[in-house]
Amino acid sequence: MAIHQISVFLENRAGQLAEITALLAGNGIDLRAINIAETSDYGVLRLIASHEPEACRVLRENGFIFSSGEVVAVGVPDEPGGLNRLLQILAEKQIDVQYMYSIFGQPNGMAYMILRVAAPAEASALLRANDMHLAGAAELGIVSSDQERQE
Amino acid sequence: MERYYQKEIECASRDQIRAWQDERLVRQVRHVWDNVPYYRAKMEATHVAPDDIRSRDDLYKLPFLSKADLREAYPFGLLAEPLEKCVRIHSTSGTTGKRVVAFYTKEDIDLWDDCCARALAAAGAGPEDVCQVAYGYGLFTGGFGLNGGSQKLGCLTLPMSSGNTDRQLQFMEDLGSTILCCTPSYAAYLAESIHERGLQDKIHLKAGIFGAEAWSEQMRQDIQKSLGIKAYDIYGLTELSGPGVAYECSAQAGMHINEDHFIAEIIDPDTGEVLPEGTQGELVFTSITKQAFPLLRYRTRDICILRHENCPCGRTHIKMCKPMGRSDDMLIVKGVNVFPSQIETVLLEQGYTSNYQIVVDRVNNSDTLDVLVEMTPEHFSDSLAEITQREKSLVAALKAMLGIFAQVHLVSPKSIARSEGKAIRVIDKRKI
Ligand SMILES: [Zn+2]
Repeated sequence: MAIHQISVFLENRAGQLAEITALLAGNGIDLRAINIAETSDYGVLRLIASHEPEACRVLRENGFIFSSGEVVAVGVPDEPGGLNRLLQILAEKQIDVQYMYSIFGQPNGMAYMILRVAAPAEASALLRANDMHLAGAAELGIVSSDQERQE
Repeated sequence: MERYYQKEIECASRDQIRAWQDERLVRQVRHVWDNVPYYRAKMEATHVAPDDIRSRDDLYKLPFLSKADLREAYPFGLLAEPLEKCVRIHSTSGTTGKRVVAFYTKEDIDLWDDCCARALAAAGAGPEDVCQVAYGYGLFTGGFGLNGGSQKLGCLTLPMSSGNTDRQLQFMEDLGSTILCCTPSYAAYLAESIHERGLQDKIHLKAGIFGAEAWSEQMRQDIQKSLGIKAYDIYGLTELSGPGVAYECSAQAGMHINEDHFIAEIIDPDTGEVLPEGTQGELVFTSITKQAFPLLRYRTRDICILRHENCPCGRTHIKMCKPMGRSDDMLIVKGVNVFPSQIETVLLEQGYTSNYQIVVDRVNNSDTLDVLVEMTPEHFSDSLAEITQREKSLVAALKAMLGIFAQVHLVSPKSIARSEGKAIRVIDKRKI
């Protein structure tokens, strides 16, 4: 299953980030990954939520400006050259990585890179063909809506 | 070819216009003095008598009238004719306090209709035209004003009033309307509906007269392109008669003021001093032909510039630019006049909401102008570079409109301070 990241507009105001995390936590949504990009005036909070549709609904109902898009999550062995190999594969095919961030400290000892690329499906196929380990939703602790229905 | 309704007046020599104004002003001041105790008291308080007004050069001696006076004198305090001579009223939709009621004699309506007929002719209309009046009819002056002008000019007049888009489009198609009169926002809405329904080939409009609302040059271009017509501006106030105080000609660059009925002045809104031609200031009108509700030196609060120029249309009456804003909203930042309406125009043109806040401050003896703008889903992007790019183009557009730099701050939709549900538009920290 594809991994969806939610990007939320953050204005330059103390406490707005805490407002969002409290809102999500209050609705039983965990954050699996988080990254902030900012200028002096505003920022974009990128997050991967345990319950993506639910997170979108809560943000919408509370008037936040956000978008949701597919990202690629790649498991990288925690050893020298692991990240380099991943980037080489993409560079050879001239796939531009718009930005990336990492998740460490997973229970399985794996580090994951979250990549934002223009064509995630294409990039995933390329990485898979090069024996890279692509993380699925479950591996990152994301509950798919199908699972939720069964529960 | 340029069309006129009363060519001998519209293209009269400046000397002739001046002679009309001198004679009519003197007569009007006497009429007001004799019949309007409210204004007579104002004149007495400033030690001016009718004999002091010998020509329009003496106009500056007269006291001003403001909207507050009209409210105070409501309903009959400024009436200058007995009620049996009056045949109609119109009224403005004031947002606060009492409404303003203006009265008309038969002659007042006749002259007002003339003004609107001139505006229609200047937009290229004539007896062969079908004129669809989609302004509201009622207390509002738009519907009746253009209706009267259209009939005078001999157009087939469709008194549609506003709203009911289905019926508007049905008549527009079936009767072959060639002239459309309505607010610019309704014109834009009708244009959109025409395109949605694929009616472009069945519509025969050639021109439109759009007023009663502020609209930008960009909006004119959009409407013209979308409807394939020429779009003309018209200016007026209920207090003075209604639409037709001034109107655009084929040059589409400023509105000719009907100077045989109204004397226009530009004053400094703070001191009341008359400013030279070509200077920006508050527009003041004196109605020199109205009988029932003649206003002397009425402060419109519209900020504008007046210019005499040889207009290619052949008309000799002075031109006013599109009002730049309201004097009571005007901010002076770094010595430049800034109107919230200018900022709003830019925001709407760029697809932002009209929910914004202007913060003016003084830092190190220099004024600063900051504009808080609501982020919208359309302007948001996951990429900071893209947001920054959009922000830069907004800053550039504001600079082009205002002439000075405004710092833009993108904020969440709900974060602009509100007072009783209404967004606070301007915070001037220099005054705090
Ligand atoms: Zn002209």
